[in-house]
Amino acid sequence: MRQFTYLRPSTSKAAIDALSKDPNAQFIAGGTNLIDLMKKGVMAPEKLVDINNLPLKEIKKQTGNLHIGALALNSDVSENKLVTQYHPLLSLALKAGASAQLRNMATVGGNMLQRTRCFYFYEPSLPCNKREPGSGCGALEGVNRMHAIFGWSDKCIAVHPSDMAIAMVALDASVLVYGPKGNRRIPFQDFHRLPGDTPEKDNSLEKGELVMGVEIPDGPFTKNVHYLKVRDRASYAFALVSVAAALNISGKTIKDARLAMGGVAHKPWRLLDAEKALIGKPATEETFKQAADIAMRGAKGFKYNSFKIPMGKNAILDALKTAAAKV
Amino acid sequence: MQENENCKNIKASRRDFFKQSSLLAAIALTPSAVINAAQQEWDEKVASAIEEVSVQLDVNGIKHSLSIEPRVTLLDLLREQLHLTGTKKGCDHGQCGACTVHVNGNRINSCMTLAVMQEGKKITTIEGLAKGDKLHPMQEAFIKHDGFQCGYCTPGQIMSAVACIREGHADTEAEIREYMSGNICRCGAYPNIVDAIMEVKKGGKKV
Ligand SMILES: Cc1cc2nc3c(=O)[nH]c(=O)nc-3n(C[C@H](O)[C@H](O)[C@H](O)COP(=O)(O)OP(=O)(O)OC[C@H]3O[C@@H](n4cnc5c(N)ncnc54)[C@H](O)[C@@H]3O)c2cc1C
Ligand code: FES
Ligand code: FES
Repeated sequence: MRQFTYLRPSTSKAAIDALSKDPNAQFIAGGTNLIDLMKKGVMAPEKLVDINNLPLKEIKKQTGNLHIGALALNSDVSENKLVTQYHPLLSLALKAGASAQLRNMATVGGNMLQRTRCFYFYEPSLPCNKREPGSGCGALEGVNRMHAIFGWSDKCIAVHPSDMAIAMVALDASVLVYGPKGNRRIPFQDFHRLPGDTPEKDNSLEKGELVMGVEIPDGPFTKNVHYLKVRDRASYAFALVSVAAALNISGKTIKDARLAMGGVAHKPWRLLDAEKALIGKPATEETFKQAADIAMRGAKGFKYNSFKIPMGKNAILDALKTAAAKV
Repeated sequence: MQENENCKNIKASRRDFFKQSSLLAAIALTPSAVINAAQQEWDEKVASAIEEVSVQLDVNGIKHSLSIEPRVTLLDLLREQLHLTGTKKGCDHGQCGACTVHVNGNRINSCMTLAVMQEGKKITTIEGLAKGDKLHPMQEAFIKHDGFQCGYCTPGQIMSAVACIREGHADTEAEIREYMSGNICRCGAYPNIVDAIMEVKKGGKKV
């Protein structure tokens, strides 16, 4: 690991000042992604700004929404009573991620900002436009089993690896950001971006901006929810595909629905057309099958990952059935 | 006699040939990996000139005031500076759990955090689990149930297992398997590890 200088400011203002003054500085929260990348030589910040002394751990109910601080630990959020009561889908998604030890270190802010697990990104001797713009995408014609089937470009086919983010996008969360230009709020849906011609940019955060927390609006999705994660082993592995499904069923009719997928795109992939196909319909297998077909329209795989298309369809069907069956 | 000399010469020159050709192959195949290694060596030298920071840590009840480079991980500090080698380095990338320790009572991977980030925290390693000569109930259960073979993953497994019970995630075998998934055992001692944890959990002793 390269050397760096280390700072631990105690106010958010000092933290963003420290970052904006230095082009090669990075925040560090749990460290579980950044330290990994620094050991691999993928990232080499000259200055680390440790934000763990900032008062951003709180989880609190406000009128109309639930506020979760950026430094709240993944384990604490997943077990929190307010979270399991108002947004059980988020708890399920968090518990599906990493391991108990890592969830005790990983923060909400760090989780949404973790980088892709694409092998080419992770290995500095291989080409990768995300790590080194202009060097080419090794995955396009290489080992692309873990890669995107939606929204990719010929510059990058990497996927965002977070489970938490899939639930956040399904629940219409917003990201609260503070930076040199003041405060702003970014809808979770617009927080991550598609690779296009600039895959080096994962998200819409600007230099020096600090994620302060997220807010999740109150909603009806407190019972019929499920997070299904398909992976190479039963636990402690990244998703091949994952599905966040939330239904609001009244009688036999679906009043409202949310559906999003992980492991398939450069950003958490919300399935708005499939949601429309669910709303107002009876909660039956037939309806779910139609929604799954619609969801996978436009999916396009590569040499080693085309299996994700049928797998995605089956996972959506399974997730919706499991969500609907919850009592 | 003559033959023997020849033999030696041939062996020596063949060894040299392999050395040289594998070096050439390394350069030809992975040029930037070699460059990386060279840069890292350069880094190591500069390291000593770079400022160290002071850190106070409580490890197994003993307070330490240390002066360290910010890039030292908690794992490397424990093993290389405090000589607490019970905590193991398996992967060094958060993927195996061999380095599991408790920080303020919670289990974490010590390879994925910097020691400076743990300033003022209470660290417990496998060396801090027993009370004098009296083993912790989880250590006893691992022995009784043969919860290991080579033993390399064992300190991490035991630290994780204690936390698993404390967190309330050890009610069923399935739950134990899920909440112990962050600890990989290359010897496959999993069934016995689960038995050991189940027994301690059922025994109801405070862990
Ligand atoms: C072996 C392994 C398996 C894993 N499996 C999974 C999995 O199955 N599912 C999953 O979702 N994740 C998984 N993860 C990833 C893990 O969830 C992330 O590493 C973690 O969430 C990152 O959070 P952190 O606080 O440690 O981030 P850090 O490593 O501290 O930071 C990550 C990035 O975010 C930036 N950052 C952090 N906080 C802020 C902030 N408040 N404002 C602005 N920038 C910030 C940092 O500068 C850095 O660039 C796994 C990780 C490992 C090592
Ligand atoms: S050495 Fe830390 S998880 Fe493997
Ligand atoms: S006992 Fe050998 S790795 Fe677990």
